[in-house]
Amino acid sequence: MAVVSQAITPEVLTTRRPTGALLRSALGLRRTQIGVGLLLLILAVVLLGPRVAPHDPNAFVGTPSSLGVPGALFGTDHIGQDVWSRFLSGGFTILSLAAIATALGLILGIAVGLVAAYSRNFLDDVLMRIMDVILAFPQIMLALVAIATVGPNPLTIILAVGLTTMPRVARVTRGASQPVVERDFVAAAEAIGVPRYRILLSEIFPNILSPLLVEASLRLTYAIGVIAALAFLGFTAHPGAADWGLMIQENYIALTVQPWGVILPVAAIALLTISTGLIGDGIARASAGIDRTRGAG
Amino acid sequence: MTTDRAAIVVKGLRIVVEGSGLDIVNDVSFSIAPGEVLGLVGESGSGKTTVGLALLGHSRRGAQIKSGSVRIGDVEVLELEEHDRQRLRGRLISYVPQDPASALNPALRIGTQLREVLEAHNFGKSAAERRARVAEMMREVALPDEAAFLRKYPHELSGGQQQRIGLAIAFACRPRVIVLDEPTTGLDVTTQAHVLDTVRNLATAHGVAALYVSHDLAVVGTLATRVAVMYAGRIIELGPSANLFQASSHPYTQRLIVAIPHLTGGRELVGIPGHAPSPGRRPSGCAFEPRCTYAIAQCREAVPALRPIADLHDVRCIRAEEVRGHGPTRSEEIPRGGIESVQSVLTLRSVHAGYRGRTVLHDITLDIAPQECLALVGESGSGKTTLARSIAGLHSDRWGEIAYKGTALANVARARPREIRRSIQYVFQNPYGSLNPRRTIRQIISQPLEVFGHVRQDQVDRRVAEMLERVSLTASYANRFPDQLSGGERQRVAIARALICEPSVLICDEVTSALDVSVQAAIVELLHSLQRDLGLAMLFVTHNLPLVRSIAQRVAVMSHGRIVELGGVAQILESPKDEYTSRLLSDTPSLELALETAVS
Repeated sequence: MAVVSQAITPEVLTTRRPTGALLRSALGLRRTQIGVGLLLLILAVVLLGPRVAPHDPNAFVGTPSSLGVPGALFGTDHIGQDVWSRFLSGGFTILSLAAIATALGLILGIAVGLVAAYSRNFLDDVLMRIMDVILAFPQIMLALVAIATVGPNPLTIILAVGLTTMPRVARVTRGASQPVVERDFVAAAEAIGVPRYRILLSEIFPNILSPLLVEASLRLTYAIGVIAALAFLGFTAHPGAADWGLMIQENYIALTVQPWGVILPVAAIALLTISTGLIGDGIARASAGIDRTRGAG
Repeated sequence: MTTDRAAIVVKGLRIVVEGSGLDIVNDVSFSIAPGEVLGLVGESGSGKTTVGLALLGHSRRGAQIKSGSVRIGDVEVLELEEHDRQRLRGRLISYVPQDPASALNPALRIGTQLREVLEAHNFGKSAAERRARVAEMMREVALPDEAAFLRKYPHELSGGQQQRIGLAIAFACRPRVIVLDEPTTGLDVTTQAHVLDTVRNLATAHGVAALYVSHDLAVVGTLATRVAVMYAGRIIELGPSANLFQASSHPYTQRLIVAIPHLTGGRELVGIPGHAPSPGRRPSGCAFEPRCTYAIAQCREAVPALRPIADLHDVRCIRAEEVRGHGPTRSEEIPRGGIESVQSVLTLRSVHAGYRGRTVLHDITLDIAPQECLALVGESGSGKTTLARSIAGLHSDRWGEIAYKGTALANVARARPREIRRSIQYVFQNPYGSLNPRRTIRQIISQPLEVFGHVRQDQVDRRVAEMLERVSLTASYANRFPDQLSGGERQRVAIARALICEPSVLICDEVTSALDVSVQAAIVELLHSLQRDLGLAMLFVTHNLPLVRSIAQRVAVMSHGRIVELGGVAQILESPKDEYTSRLLSDTPSLELALETAVS
């Protein structure tokens, strides 16, 4: 009888999820820590701001574009509303629209990218050429066309930004999936007849998470920029309501007299994009480190 | 071997993990005489490549040469500045890497690459002289020396030719020492035999001392005059090849020899339980003690010294005399029952397959009986994997009939009935690729249960545990991820995933080619006992002819997409009728043959 009964004692009994390990090691990097800190700060402003705002953001508190109004810490804006209160209340729209639009773009882009990479036939070409066509136009231009035709309601903004985010995510997803599709564990699943959608979701998708996390934070950064730019051009979901992008547009004429109406929203948007950018960079660096040590395996 | 006429002398080499101070290699000393080939044998992780690189004064990232001396003639390599060491490399000592395809620059013509070496070391006085030397080198490695050939790019050459170019570059400046790091691992046996001949001829003709690093005892046995066996960073046995293989005195060497499949006399392979300790986990005493059948309390106390047991033969074991007397315990012949003429489980009738518009399989007709193990042997590119994948429904470009118990099979697995997908299971070549790194072992093994259904959730864990035990792992493996397992353990998991389906046909595609010999032996043992106990029909695809002895009843030899010979194991291996089979057999390095020639 052959020695089949030899039991091999396990050396490591700990379990760990590789994605969790990636995020943990990303958090160990200084840049990610700064990014997360900044993001938390902005989130605090956006979520708690409306509660602590001293005035109603739409209330008239004093002389327009003036710094010397009592009770208005950073002065008043072009129609005499409190800049500080409008700043504290103006982040929610931009942040939520950006988050929803990015999520939409990610879901669509991942779906298209996975299907294209896995199909390995004409469907791959058709899907990716469609993505290329969308990609050929600048994101802001497509968004402007869509909003100019349909009108600036929140749904249009989300769809416009989401759909223009999709092709970039699809490219990254397809690129990351292609080597995974060729690996034997996918063939093993095919051989026993695992349904296609399950192969995409539970075999391939978990293996492309790290590039996707990086891409997601990068796309969020761009979505914030595009939505702020749209608001600056006057296309906001709720005209007249407090909104960082709109604030810049309203107050930039009075920049020399009353700079705060521009500085505060600009700083907030800048910090927001920097924070998501730093987080994305941290994850990218951490995943490169992890992949390097895994190289042998 | 006296040290004064040796080409290279290594003394007390110690290499550690940078920062932690853990030993990768410790207390390694040897010398090589001009014209001599020293084989350095060990399994993965034993430190053999690290030693090979250290001879050039190089250490891989994360490793640091801590102490010791490497002396080539009057030059102490380890004391040189990096700049001087670089001038030394290629001139005094050179290196042939494992994978020639990635070692050669794909953007440069081979002639340019050969000249580059000569120019870098100012070899020869004029361009004409260098051109003459390039032509001479090409002749030495038995490649055409005409200009047209030198104008080729590396990708236009075969693997064997690329490795010859690697050899030519290494021998270009007539170095005194050459380190060969598994240069024939990726090559077919025929090509390997030619490359080995070239190495031997060059080394003896030019009086070059060669260190041949390899995991393959049979290759080393045919090539090397002396052999050093490494285990856990130390040389545990060193001696002339004939002595070492016939009167091996270290338990590990003996177990390693028993783990190698032999061409003559089919017998069961015996693996070594457990695995080699990694740096930092090595026991304080003899590193092999936890896996050793000769171990006594004293073994744990201190690392045994390397001491002579016979003339020129050193061993690092306190019980070496007893071990030497005992000899390796060989197991009995595999009983081979005749195959009764029953209905075949799998029938192939004039199967053809195409790949990118070319026909790669021609007219394959085969039958596999229940409970039979049929080995499919061939060199790379012979179409054996394509055939295996066609049967499993993973290669769709195929015509001709493949039937399972009389039912014709669809080309694509997905189009086959669930019952057939369950009955035919496939184990992949590379366990590093066939397990999803992001899923736990439990998820991997239980995946077929989800697809084939009928198993209640609370039963899943029990079934997974059962399967893990079937393949000699423990239930505690279920929560781990594949990257926490060794190669052999991963392949066991892949086998468990196949077994949970309760298949009647198991297709094993080169399942041991990515594994060390002792692990290979254990996996073959496992497959053999599973096949016998569960009554599986098995198609065992391999390029390793001797391995066939240890597992199969019948062999089909494939070449260029055709089956050139089909018959019983003994008949094919002992009296092959086909010319191709005989050539394959004669080119296969074999320990027995090496020993016979060494003795005579």
